[in-house]
Amino acid sequence: MTPLLATVTRKEARIALFGAAALAVAATLPLFDTGFYLSLALNVAMYVVLCTAWTLFSGPTHYISLASAAFFGIGTYSVALGIDTLPFPLLVAVGFVASAALAGLVGIATLRLSGVYFVIFTLGLAELVRQVVTWAQTNFTHGVGLYVFTDFTETHIYWMLLALAAIVYVTGWLVNRSRLGFALRIIGNDETVARHVGIDTARAKVLLFMISGGFIGIVGACLAPRFAYVEPPSAFNPMISFQVVIMALLGGTGRLWAPLLGVIPFTILFDQVSAYFPNHTSLVIGIAFMAVVYLLPRGVIGFVDDMRRLKKRFRIVLVEDEGALGKERAS
Amino acid sequence: MSATPSLAPILSIDGARKAFGGLVAVNDVSFDVREGELVGLIGPNGSGKTTMLNLISGALRPTSGTISLAGARISGRPAHAIARQGVARTFQLVRILPSMTALENVMAGAVFGHARTWGDDARHVAVALLDRVGLAGRGDAMTGAMTYIDHKRLELARALASNPRLLLLDEWLAGLNPSELKLGIELIRELRADGRTIIMVEHVMDAIRSLCDRCVVMSSGVKIADGDVADVLTRPEVVSAYLGDDDA
Ligand SMILES: Nc1ncnc2c1ncn2[C@@H]1O[C@H](COP(=O)(O)OP(=O)(O)O)[C@@H](O)[C@H]1O
Ligand SMILES: [Mg+2]
Repeated sequence: MTPLLATVTRKEARIALFGAAALAVAATLPLFDTGFYLSLALNVAMYVVLCTAWTLFSGPTHYISLASAAFFGIGTYSVALGIDTLPFPLLVAVGFVASAALAGLVGIATLRLSGVYFVIFTLGLAELVRQVVTWAQTNFTHGVGLYVFTDFTETHIYWMLLALAAIVYVTGWLVNRSRLGFALRIIGNDETVARHVGIDTARAKVLLFMISGGFIGIVGACLAPRFAYVEPPSAFNPMISFQVVIMALLGGTGRLWAPLLGVIPFTILFDQVSAYFPNHTSLVIGIAFMAVVYLLPRGVIGFVDDMRRLKKRFRIVLVEDEGALGKERAS
Repeated sequence: MSATPSLAPILSIDGARKAFGGLVAVNDVSFDVREGELVGLIGPNGSGKTTMLNLISGALRPTSGTISLAGARISGRPAHAIARQGVARTFQLVRILPSMTALENVMAGAVFGHARTWGDDARHVAVALLDRVGLAGRGDAMTGAMTYIDHKRLELARALASNPRLLLLDEWLAGLNPSELKLGIELIRELRADGRTIIMVEHVMDAIRSLCDRCVVMSSGVKIADGDVADVLTRPEVVSAYLGDDDA
């Protein structure tokens, strides 16, 4: 996959520098607090990776996947099942491969379907995987859950997630510059045209879905030590799938870093709501989500773009006015 | 006219058939197209012309029959594979990529089609083609701000960008005003002079008469005539197909 442009533009370099600096600053957080704020930051980091990985696929293709919980859970279980026998990094790799493989199978089976069927299928799949794991555990092992004992603290997990975020951003950037990225933009515009210019649309979508699913699996793997005790309802929690979609759409899917704009406010909101209204979280979240969709249909990024355009237009008007004034003065 | 068609058929259609349930849209049609030829495919509305192009480009699979490009069978293969083999097309209802710039629209053809270029090569091809179809300097324009004829030009440039061995035009001249039509005809004439092999579905008879070497006439899915344009258009079965079936 050679890049469309062999060079890095100045703007890209600036974004990369800014991003690296932001990550470095974020990485110092555990030096100041290892309680509430670290916990909150860890959630933010987790959803940043999940949503960005999700957007990698769903942004250009407009397919809404509700399978995140399945990939996440597979990652978690890869670690939980092997933690006593294999080194952790290897298990993370297993989590990646296993969830990417599942994504590949799902992709081959469903990506020829239209969007609506895909949504339903992915939702059903996540549930199916959960049921299968539950069934396997109750029939072949003694307990319903698995213990994951490691030396990892929240700080370690947080740093792993930050590193993973960097990897996902770099991957997304490389994909966007590649033939695959260009192919996906064309597919997102018009699949018939895509096929007729020579794009193997099914292959491109499956590939990207695998990359996306694989990263979601890694997040699940990294989070396993945090659970300590892993059981299907927590590892395959369908709320993960829904929250990923909500946050990603809130941020906007047009650009790689846009989900960030949804993740930060939503994670904080969710945290506050569950602290103050523990019995009404779903209700409050639902209302918040409807408000967001109504007020910011294209996500925060769409709002930002509109503001920028407005500002630009405003500036042009001002400049024209000044020009007119200047002429008046001259005459 | 400089292009003298060589003898080797680049496209062979042998008994192509497409049925939609009980409706046979293309009924065992056979014809060859030689390299460098510009063939007009005409017939009343609903006679199966677009379906025929869809069979060649792989948008639809034939119910039976074979279609070969330069001796290799393409019928039954997916559209993207056929595009890579060297078939490019435009659509009766123009299809452009709305969220991409004009340049990117054309690059799409250069990057993935028959030619498969990348990076600056693709860019150069696209810029040259925009120039050629009359959109010089408009590369950065968003397609939403362009007119209908510009969309048609863009679509043609995209098809040409893959340097196809066979170009399929589905009523590319339809909907143009008289001055645009003149430009459009000139453009196709130039393509023909370059030696491009083209099948054009067209309702504009002046264009068929002035451009085509040969034309194939379809009526209700059946090929009813095939030959020299001036000759074919005076044949009684062709005249009656146009006057009889199509009261529009
Ligand atoms: N996808 C389709 N499904 C069902 N019928 C179709 C389809 N495409 C075309 N047809 C029918 O096939 C016939 C030929 O259509 P078409 O090839 O578009 O004709 P033309 O391009 O010559 O006007 C028409 O009767 C049309 O309704
Ligand atoms: Mg038609």
